[in-house]
Amino acid sequence: MDSEKQPNAKQQLALYRQMLTIRRFEERCNYLYMQGKIPSTLHLYIGQEAVAVGVCANLAAEDYVSSTHRPHGHAIAKGVSMRSIMAELFAKQTGCCKGKGGSMHVGDVRVGMFPAIAIVGGGIPVATGAALACKRLGNGRVSVAFFGEGATNEGAFHEALNMAGLWSLPAIFVCENNLYAASTPVASAFRVPDVAGRAAVYGMPGETVDGNDVLAVHEAASRAIARARDGGGPTLLECKTYRQCGHSRSDPRTYRSKEEEQDWAGRDPILRLAERLKAAGAATDGSLADIEAEVAAAIDDAVAFAESSPAPEPEEALEDVFYGEGPIPFPGMHVSAGGAP
Amino acid sequence: MTMMSIAEALRAAIREEMRRDPTVFCIGEDIGIPGGFGGAFTVTLGLSDEFGHDRIIDTPISELGLTGIAVGAALAGLRPIADVQYADFLFLAMDQLANQAAKMTYMSGGAVKTPLVMRAPVGATARGSQHAQSLEAFFCHIPGLKVVAPATAYDAKGLLKSAVRDDNPVIVFEHKLLYGSKGPRTEKGALSPVGEVPDEDYVVPIGQGVIRRPGKDVTIVGKLLTMYRALAAADILAQEGIDAEVIDPRTLVPLDKELILESVRKTGRLVIVEEDNLTGGWAGELAAIAAEEAFYWLDAPIKRVSAPDVPPPFAPAMEQFYVPSAGRVVAAVKSLF
Repeated sequence: MDSEKQPNAKQQLALYRQMLTIRRFEERCNYLYMQGKIPSTLHLYIGQEAVAVGVCANLAAEDYVSSTHRPHGHAIAKGVSMRSIMAELFAKQTGCCKGKGGSMHVGDVRVGMFPAIAIVGGGIPVATGAALACKRLGNGRVSVAFFGEGATNEGAFHEALNMAGLWSLPAIFVCENNLYAASTPVASAFRVPDVAGRAAVYGMPGETVDGNDVLAVHEAASRAIARARDGGGPTLLECKTYRQCGHSRSDPRTYRSKEEEQDWAGRDPILRLAERLKAAGAATDGSLADIEAEVAAAIDDAVAFAESSPAPEPEEALEDVFYGEGPIPFPGMHVSAGGAP
Repeated sequence: MTMMSIAEALRAAIREEMRRDPTVFCIGEDIGIPGGFGGAFTVTLGLSDEFGHDRIIDTPISELGLTGIAVGAALAGLRPIADVQYADFLFLAMDQLANQAAKMTYMSGGAVKTPLVMRAPVGATARGSQHAQSLEAFFCHIPGLKVVAPATAYDAKGLLKSAVRDDNPVIVFEHKLLYGSKGPRTEKGALSPVGEVPDEDYVVPIGQGVIRRPGKDVTIVGKLLTMYRALAAADILAQEGIDAEVIDPRTLVPLDKELILESVRKTGRLVIVEEDNLTGGWAGELAAIAAEEAFYWLDAPIKRVSAPDVPPPFAPAMEQFYVPSAGRVVAAVKSLF
């Protein structure tokens, strides 16, 4: 790796901090969910942190990102505040979607992240359209689509990448190949288990990278993003990674072996970077423990914010259907203070 | 003022909006190809000469993809006018329209806007079941989409302009037999209404219907082609002493409910005619609204004149049986007296 382009020690520590933030945030969400404080299931990003962090570290706030039903890691990496994400999970008025979206739709357009799209593959054409706008407006921005390997079997993937390649759009297609689409292993869905090769027919480069090595992701993403920004067109980046948790909170993971899980735990992206930082003298157990404490405090703050925020009024369900317009009329509906009609 | 067909009026609207606002662009199949048709029904003919192929974008055959791209482009600051060649193809794009376009504003708590237009031709024209459907009702049912159905050149230009300027997704349904397309794209049996269209900028507001023919004995509501069937029926009924009021809603969502209810309270009778099959059609929705909100003014049951619950057939004789005729509207009205 060209040491001039590689993040320096300080930058690597920042990557470490952000990955750790996502990990601890997701673990805390799981805990809060088990306490009954979060009304919906969660699709946690545990184990895949290096992909979101490695890619987003190369993006500006104005660059666009589309995400999936598993969006918390992308949101944190893109700069959506933990307070607003946690409040959204708690279904509070102060959530990033005012309680209208929930876990699978978090986002903040002020930092370039549209509400995450939970239809598998649905965000890929949307990100492609954003790239079209960037090129047309000449604003120098790029558009990143995050999706899993399962999404590459949706027609939406095929149609969007074909047009992105055809029109040389400033798009980066980041496939997080975590080997399972819910419970379906790659072998049950793909004749050819590698996604990067699909890029060739669309006229764009396809690259495979170790998705559990944040520096490798960072380096590959920086090249793809520079290519897009310089008018060189789109790239398909396949990041091989592993979802350490279940698909959702009701997934006991009985379709995977403990051996496989332990094997991937040994390649944990956060532990790997910690070892690397310590070996390079850029961190010690003590300094990493300090980061751990700071991250915990930031998450405590987000949880406190969410818990103390007001819940939305039920009638707010009628608002925000049409941009810039009032609530939808719903005659005859009166909600008493107790919530029952 | 200029006499224009609906295709010409739509083309003028697109041209004027694209001149007025550099973020407006068109995206669809066969819309800008040099030497091509200008879209399936000539609406975009010649526009790529003025605006180039970066603003009149020809896509591969990818309705889902182009619709999703329109969604993303709208979210990122452009104002796309997307189109499908036949409304039947909207089903390929249903996820992007129903799950993305219709819901992005809501799911974001009002933070993002999706200002996109999707144009789609409807109506039976001897092409067979998959190129013939009138499926406005599917889209009227999805919260977050606006739906318009202009039946005159004046409304076509004015409503398409309003649709482009609206910050929300608007589906514009056009009828194949009303375009007035010329040359090799002439439609056999077309009605092709031409009308006077102002040369200066004007809009027809979304959500505003119009009384096409005032009357006092019965309210007939028709959209697109069947609005003309309703007018023809009104002429026949007048000779028999029944004075019909014909309403063209022009916008289906949000519906100009008060215009229709005011008419029903005046006439006491309501007949709704549409080119769509009976069950689950838009006519049923309007009938429910009238039954709920104008019940005590009704002197007779509400009648729906729709196509039968069959796919649109091919043979001309069957197609004529399928599409509601003026004669069927007359019979329905007379049954209320």
